[in-house]
Parts: sequence; C-alpha cells; structure tokens
Amino acid sequence: MTPLDVTTLHADLCGRTARQQREAVIRIALRACASLSILVSALIVLSLVREAWTFVSQVEWSALVEDGWFPRRGIYDIRTLLVGSLLVTAIAMVVAIPLGLGTAVFLAEYAPPLARRILKPALEVLAGIPSVVVGFFALTWISPEVVQRLRDGTPQSNVMAAAIGVGILTIPLVASISEDAMRAVPPSLREASYGMGARKLTTTVRVVIPAAVSGLVAAFIVAVSRAIGETMVVFIAAGATGGSLFTMDPFEPGQTMTAAMAAQAAGTDAVRGAALTFQSLFFVGLLLFLITLALNLMANRFVRRVRQQY
Amino acid sequence: MAAPMSRFAGCARQRDLRGRRIDLGGGLFRVVLLASLVASVGILAVLLVDVVNGGWSVLSTRLGDFLTGVLGSRPERSGVFQGIRGSLWIAIFTIVLAFPLGIGAALYLEEYAPRSRFARIVDVNIRNLAGVPSVVYGILGLAIFVKSLRGFTGGNTVMAAGITLAILVLPIVIITSAEAIRAVPASLREAGFGVGATRWEVIRHHVLPYAAPGILTGTVLALARALGEAAPLILVGATTGFLGGGPGSLVDLGQLTERFTALPIIITTWAGRPQEGFRALTAAAIVVLLVVVLVFNAAAILLRNRYEKKRR
Repeated sequence: MTPLDVTTLHADLCGRTARQQREAVIRIALRACASLSILVSALIVLSLVREAWTFVSQVEWSALVEDGWFPRRGIYDIRTLLVGSLLVTAIAMVVAIPLGLGTAVFLAEYAPPLARRILKPALEVLAGIPSVVVGFFALTWISPEVVQRLRDGTPQSNVMAAAIGVGILTIPLVASISEDAMRAVPPSLREASYGMGARKLTTTVRVVIPAAVSGLVAAFIVAVSRAIGETMVVFIAAGATGGSLFTMDPFEPGQTMTAAMAAQAAGTDAVRGAALTFQSLFFVGLLLFLITLALNLMANRFVRRVRQQY
Repeated sequence: MAAPMSRFAGCARQRDLRGRRIDLGGGLFRVVLLASLVASVGILAVLLVDVVNGGWSVLSTRLGDFLTGVLGSRPERSGVFQGIRGSLWIAIFTIVLAFPLGIGAALYLEEYAPRSRFARIVDVNIRNLAGVPSVVYGILGLAIFVKSLRGFTGGNTVMAAGITLAILVLPIVIITSAEAIRAVPASLREAGFGVGATRWEVIRHHVLPYAAPGILTGTVLALARALGEAAPLILVGATTGFLGGGPGSLVDLGQLTERFTALPIIITTWAGRPQEGFRALTAAAIVVLLVVVLVFNAAAILLRNRYEKKRR
C-alpha cells in the first residue's frame, strides 16, 4: 500500500462534511433538550424564591402566629396550613398504606397469573383518575355516606372526607410501587424458605417483605409526598376556601397548603387582597416545594438501594 | 415462583406436607389480602358507578346539547363546549412542545451521554421534577408565563396554560421514553454502526422504530395526565366563573391569547355550586373527562403490555 492510498482511504472513512455537520447540529439540539429540564428547575426555584423573599422580608412576624389563615385580611398563620396538610396526609396514609400494601402483597405473592394479568393493568388505569373526579366523589359520596354517619352534625365539607379521598387517590400508587419491589425479590429466596419447610405466610412476612423493605419504604414516602402535594381533592371537598381558623378536628372544614394556594388564585381575576396576599402564595409554594423535594430525595435513595441489592 | 411449586405438589401431597395441621393464620392472611384488594378496586368501582349514575339524567337526555352548549347560570341549558375547547388546546400544546422536547432529551441522555456526569445530574433533576406537586408548576406558570412573559403569552391565556402543562408532563415523557430507549438491544446499534451509519442514522432507523411503542405509551400517559390536571390551571388563571363569547369554532389561532377554561376547571366550578341541577351537570362533565382520560390510559397500558410480551 502506498502512502497515497492510505490518505484516500482515510478521507473515505471520514465521510462527507455535510453529514458530519448534520450530526453535530443534531447532537447540540438534543443536548439543549436535555438541558431544558435544568432550566425548568432553576425557573421554579427562582419564581418561588423571588416573591417568597418579598413576603418574608416585609411581613410582620406577629401576622404569622395569629389565629387562622386569612390571606385576604393579612393573617398568615402558617401553622394552620401545616397542621391541615399533616392531618390530611396522616388520614390519607391510614387509608392508602394498608389497602395499597395488602393489594400489592396479594398481587405479587398470592394472585394466580391470570388474575394478576387483569388486575395490575386495571389498577394502573385507575391510577389515572383525575383528582377533580375524586374531589367531587369525596364531597358528594364519601362525606354523606361515610363521614357524616361517623359523627352527627358534621358539615358536608370537612377535612375527613377530603383526606379519605386523597387516600383513595394514592392507593394505586402505593400498590404499584410495592408490588414492583416485591416482584424484584429473587425467587431463590422464596424457594430457600419453602425448602426450610416455611409456610407461605411465613415466607411472605419474614422473607419477601423484609427483602423488599427499601422499595416499600420508597412507596410510602412517594405516597406521603403525593398526598401533601394533592390539591384539588382538598380544594373541592374540605371547604374553607376563603380562609380557615386553626383546627385539628378533621370533622371541620379545613385547609392545606395546596388548597390554600388554589383558593387564593381562584374566583378572582388576579390574586389580590391585602398588601402581601399575592406574595404569601409564593411563600406557601416554596415551603411545599422544599417539603416534597426532601421526601423525593429520600425516596430516590431507597429506590437506588433496591437496585444495588439485586 | 409459588405457582410451579403448588402445581408440583398435588392436593393430597400438600396436606401431607402440612403435617395435617390446618393453616389458620395463613388462610386468614390470604383473606385479609384479598379483602384489601377488593376494597381498593371496589372503592374505585363505587366512584365510577356513582358518577355515571349521577350524570345519567343529563347524558341520556341532552348529550349533544351538553357537548356543544356553553357555560351558563341555568343548569338545564349549560354545556361544556368551552371546556372541551380549552382541553383540546392543552392537548395540542402538550403534543407540540412536551413530546419532541421530552423524546429529544431522552435520546441525548441514553444515546449520546449515558453514564456521563451531565446525564447523572439531569437524571436526578428530572426525577425530582416528576415529584414536584402540580400546584408548584402553577406557580411557575403564574410567575413566568403570566407575569414575566406577558408580552408573549398575553397574560392569563390558554397559551400560558398550555406551556405550563407541557412543562408539567415533560419529566413523565422523558422518564418513560428513556426507559423505552434503554430497552433497545445493543446489538441493533452495533449492527448499524458496523455498516457505517452515523449515530443519528442509527437512532433514526433502528433505535426510534424499536422504541416507538414504549415511547408512545409514555406520551399517551403524559397526555392523559395533562388533560386531568386542574390545580396549575387555577393558578395560571383559568376562568372559574362565566366565560364570555359564543360557541365559535372549535380551534382557531385567535383563541391562543384569550381567556380560557378547561374540563377539569368546569368540574371544579360546578362542584362548588349548591343547586341540585349542577350536581348532575358536574357528574356528566366528569363522565366526559373520564372517558377521554381512561381510554387514553387503557390504550397506553395495553399497548405496553402487548409489546413487552412480544419481545420476551
């Protein structure tokens, strides 16, 4: 081979310039798409922090501990919303975790293959029910049929009905993630347990569930995060759209961080009221963002642990 | 892996192995699990029946009128036309913005920069974005698209809402597309590179066609999610009261910078009205929304399961 041959060969292998340029352009365009998500995060933090800072720097601190959340009158007791959110989340989890976990254990360990083939997709489809629908259901069915029977004289809009609604909304989520976690447990562990003469119950409770515990914890954390962030169910079914007194009684109308934000924005052409009403919206939003971010980071850590194990 | 074992052990054998004891705890456990499954699916069934039952009086007597009528103060003459129009616009924005950007991002993360520092950062970031509550996206829409970019979007318009929801579902599109692309066998790519194709040619002719069903599933799920969201729309300033203007055409570019409403918003507004007539109307609007969202969801999940089975 002469040196000349080598150079032509090399040129051939390099291909046409136009082709290479097209490759470079596409690469840059796709990289821009991927970078967009970072821009979105930055914009979320920026828009929250900017107005929230105005709120924090100008609000009179006494307005933060007055009784109740009435942003249009300049009363911003953040405890009212925090306790409301905690109450709704706690009740929702009492509904969602046992039902979701039970469903997941049944589907992963007990259900015959045919039943699982039908039930798993059905549950996934139901996971797509929009939250406004559950909100309406909580207001018009759960409240009169369940909650008002539990205690007489409960108003139709109450925290209990909304919280049960949020729980129902998160059941498919808990079930789906937990089931995935238990299916990821290698069959050899179960077989070893059966080999030792363990019953199905013992195998499930003492072998499979402990082995899947990281995934289950992740499912619970994701569910808590989802319940805290859920807006429309509480907005529709818990009442108290204008504001709320501090309450820890779930049989009263109440408000959460999310519903307070929606209530403030709804009904009028613009968010308005007292001097800092608009900014308080962003302050609550920032708080909500930080809480859910912490929960999600925690859940991600647990999910990663599952992946490393098996 | 319990199924082959129980099939292996015949009924009589199983009794022998159990040592003639009745497994009371095990049976009880199974009943409790089954009960929780029945309860979970049962509540959702009650919900569907209750809603269809509630809206039946409207759906059976004046469905056409209900779909083409406009919002009004009298329940017997109100319709959801403006809501359908708003939801259609949101679907258009999701398809035009979120789909190409999301698939592009997934391609970059999986094909161009897998396991790089950049990809790791973007991946963590997207997972966190997927968990951000939807109201917070509403805040983003309010601060950026309604206030800062007012000159471009015109304020509380369907354009601001559409962009906000497209951003809301972007993480879903990226995560599901990336999973579909990751499932493409490496041999397919290597064969492409082996015959001298460039990276884009391999993606265009081998990776994308193979991953198409998975990507489609993710995008349809994302679309269903966008159509069901209400909270961000309230913050962006969807009209919760009455919307002026007649029926007009279904989709017309002039509407981009007008006030808007959407199906979930109409449901929220009507749910808050005490009159009995509005309750049936709300249920009917919910049925319309559910039909769209659940059909999309079911189609996406069936599609995914079908292809997963085929390739195994």
